[in-house]
Amino acid sequence: MATVKTQFKAAAVNPLKMSQPLGAAYAFMGMHRCMPVMHGSQGCTSFGLVLLVRHFREAIPLQTTAMNEATTVMGGFDNIEKAILNIRERAKPDLIAICSTGLTETKGDDVDGYLQLVRQRHPEVADTALVYVSTPDYVGAFQDGWAKAVSAFIKALVSPVAERTPGQINILPGCHLTPADIEELREIVLSFGLTPLFLPDLSRSLDGHMSDAFSPTTMGGTTLAEVREMGASVASIAIGEQMRPCAELLRERAGIPYTLFDRLTGLEANDRLLAHLSALSGVSVPQKWRRQRSQLQDAMLDAHFFFSGKRVALGAEPDLLWALASMLSEMGCEIASAVTTTHSPLLERMPSAEVLIGDLEDLEKSAAGCDLLVTHSHGRQAAERLHISHYRAGLPMFDRLGAGHKLMVGYRGTREVIFEVGNMFLADLHHHHGTPQSWPLPEATLKAVADAGVKGNPSATAAATLSLQ
Amino acid sequence: MGAPLNEKLQDVFSEPGCDKNQGKSDKERKKGCTKQLSPGAAAGGCAFDGAKIALQPIVDVAHLVHGPIACEGNSWDNRHALSSGATTYRTGFTTDISELDVIYGGEKRLYKAIKEIIDKYDPPAVFVYQTCVTALIGDDIEVVCKAAAKKFGKPVIPVNSPGFAGVKNLGNKLGGEALLDYVIGTAEPEYTTPYDINIIGEYNLSGELWQVKPLLDAMGVRVLACISGDARYQEVAYSHRAKAAMMVCSKAMINISRKMEERYGIPFFEGSFYGIGDVSDSLREIARLLVQQGAPDDIIARTEALIAAEEARAWARLEPYKARLKGKRVLLITGGVKSWSVVAALQEVGIEIVGTSVKKSTKEDKEKIKEIMGDEAHMIDDMPPREMYKMLKEARADIMLSGGRSQFVALKAKMPWLDINQERHHAFAGYEGMVKLVQELDKTLYNPVWDQVRLPAPWDVAAA
Repeated sequence: MATVKTQFKAAAVNPLKMSQPLGAAYAFMGMHRCMPVMHGSQGCTSFGLVLLVRHFREAIPLQTTAMNEATTVMGGFDNIEKAILNIRERAKPDLIAICSTGLTETKGDDVDGYLQLVRQRHPEVADTALVYVSTPDYVGAFQDGWAKAVSAFIKALVSPVAERTPGQINILPGCHLTPADIEELREIVLSFGLTPLFLPDLSRSLDGHMSDAFSPTTMGGTTLAEVREMGASVASIAIGEQMRPCAELLRERAGIPYTLFDRLTGLEANDRLLAHLSALSGVSVPQKWRRQRSQLQDAMLDAHFFFSGKRVALGAEPDLLWALASMLSEMGCEIASAVTTTHSPLLERMPSAEVLIGDLEDLEKSAAGCDLLVTHSHGRQAAERLHISHYRAGLPMFDRLGAGHKLMVGYRGTREVIFEVGNMFLADLHHHHGTPQSWPLPEATLKAVADAGVKGNPSATAAATLSLQ
Repeated sequence: MGAPLNEKLQDVFSEPGCDKNQGKSDKERKKGCTKQLSPGAAAGGCAFDGAKIALQPIVDVAHLVHGPIACEGNSWDNRHALSSGATTYRTGFTTDISELDVIYGGEKRLYKAIKEIIDKYDPPAVFVYQTCVTALIGDDIEVVCKAAAKKFGKPVIPVNSPGFAGVKNLGNKLGGEALLDYVIGTAEPEYTTPYDINIIGEYNLSGELWQVKPLLDAMGVRVLACISGDARYQEVAYSHRAKAAMMVCSKAMINISRKMEERYGIPFFEGSFYGIGDVSDSLREIARLLVQQGAPDDIIARTEALIAAEEARAWARLEPYKARLKGKRVLLITGGVKSWSVVAALQEVGIEIVGTSVKKSTKEDKEKIKEIMGDEAHMIDDMPPREMYKMLKEARADIMLSGGRSQFVALKAKMPWLDINQERHHAFAGYEGMVKLVQELDKTLYNPVWDQVRLPAPWDVAAA
């Protein structure tokens, strides 16, 4: 059980947190033929776009309503209207997804009202779905924006269906899951003969593949038809505490029961997932996963020597923090420091003495004496200053290749994380091996020896003095 | 200088310092000191391995293996003998002989290899290791080394211990013979003191020598030479000027210790740096031997003060672990001196030893075990892996301590295991090392990973 503290500093130094609108825009990326839009100034979009481009090394479709001083004061209706018309004209998306920003929220734009007005004034826009989510920058963090965007899709597109589709289940992945994670989950779910509907689905849009055509919108991802279908599913599975409101919304609106998995990194967590899928489908757990389970056990055994007693400093959003902290402590690490971005019921359950809602400066300070720093790429300077290894986890990961293909869920993903982190511990073992100065005697001992008599024995005194230095 | 291999083997086999040899008739002794290996049921290293292990920790020397790629290519840089300076010893040098060398002989290639190494790396000496194939085709490494040494003006030392000569332990001794024949006594130290000792059979694995050296420094004792952990060629060359010696690793280098006593009058004792009591005993014995050799006797008082202070400190550091480790059952699969020195060390914190292997232990080792563990001592002569697995699986032990080769027996039984042999990453010598060993034991036993990996799969529970 951890004590949750909030750092009340006037200045956040080296932020860990990223904003809600970016989280929402990231969720939009998992929709098919979608044009994500930030309702704010150009900069809001530009920063988010650059960050996602650097992380995924992919073209990122992200538009802006390009608010300026005058339009902000006068209200952003004109800009929203123009943006929708322009995007529809040029990109012809199935869906325009809009999130607000700090600027337009401070002003108090009623975007829901604007959208109704746009629909009235432009009947031709009827062929384009419009979804809006309110995500002020100054509230919550990235993972909150993601969850709000998913809720917005559900509200806008899912309605109760009289007849259930047997074997169809909804999967609501949190933003800490990578495209590779979602792909892995799909394979697991399919192996039970179930049909998964992911909302959103980054595995088909940001999985870094070559495509034949250029598109100004997102490609891959969840289609509008699929989202509408979700009302007919027999069950929902939410991954990450952040997705609970979304799963509850589906239950309220369409009467679909849900199961929440607070993480899918770790042996037991995946045991529960497979048992649940087996119960849902009536299919026994396929041999493939049984084999992977035993491979994971073996990996844990091989690796535990190097995790044992290691002090780890972790900085991540609550759901990712929970997944990694739990797994690392199951491997024998001590979570010496845990810093996160926003509130979550998971924080109090964290296997550390304290969880701090703070920044990377806080993490760096509390990481002194640790063996490993785990956080996104912005932790690299701290790791350098601390002379410890840095395991990159979370977004952004701009100084390593393959961010989208990093697998952390399932038995296989857990195994990969264990090997990666374990290899860092192993590498350090060789860098930090003993030296002749590693095991000095304390002064008290040396004094006791010196006091025991040095009569007529210069070399002994010399030696004792020597080792004192 | 170098005697033919056969003579060398006979010499090593009749080592008078070895009690096993002394119990045999002349005829038995001729057969050799190790049991004949049984094909299909043997494990462990060869004589080449043994010689290399014994000498490689001399850090500034180029160790050149004359043979096909397997001998060095498959084994280089696989141990954690540490250096405080030169890293030449970790560079893998081999002649990597070809088929044509096998037909025409590899001596020329060897000579060229020595030249290349001296040109490129300029080490103070080159050690040349004989291997099975080159021995079989009749390459005379002694002659090549002699010629090379003369030509290049540098010591080039032949180590005649081809793998097929016998087991690893024999190779340790043959490596020692090379030092006795070609290195020890070939240089003089700048100065000597009445407190100069040699430590023989200590390889500085994971830095263990450095856990002990501060203790010796405090006593005012100078390690003239360590054979061979973190050693420089020069210090081995002038090690014959030491006043006394401690032999650390059981009998592996007894021939060096005894022959140095015989040739240079350096008395030695066998001791251990594992376990609090054993460390203290060894320090006392070093002081006693030095005084016996003429050192002022105030070193005794200093040593006692050091022991009192450091034992108290070690016990204080172990105190928190006693309650957690009391009654934990350990299965110890190791050899030689560790079979008893580690036993004593573990009993000191209340750990129960459910069995200790004595396969590689001498008669004296076994007596020591009885002394420490009582007549109840569960000595295991040769436990097949299947039996170890069964013992762990049935939870007759909580943890196994052994070398790397048997680790998977424990791990596959989902039981804790701690590496106490050569490949280990932690240093366990001296008072420091004992505290570290107990800390590691505690960490391993209480690692939550055991609960995780022992969880039955939910679908198996449902089915049962």
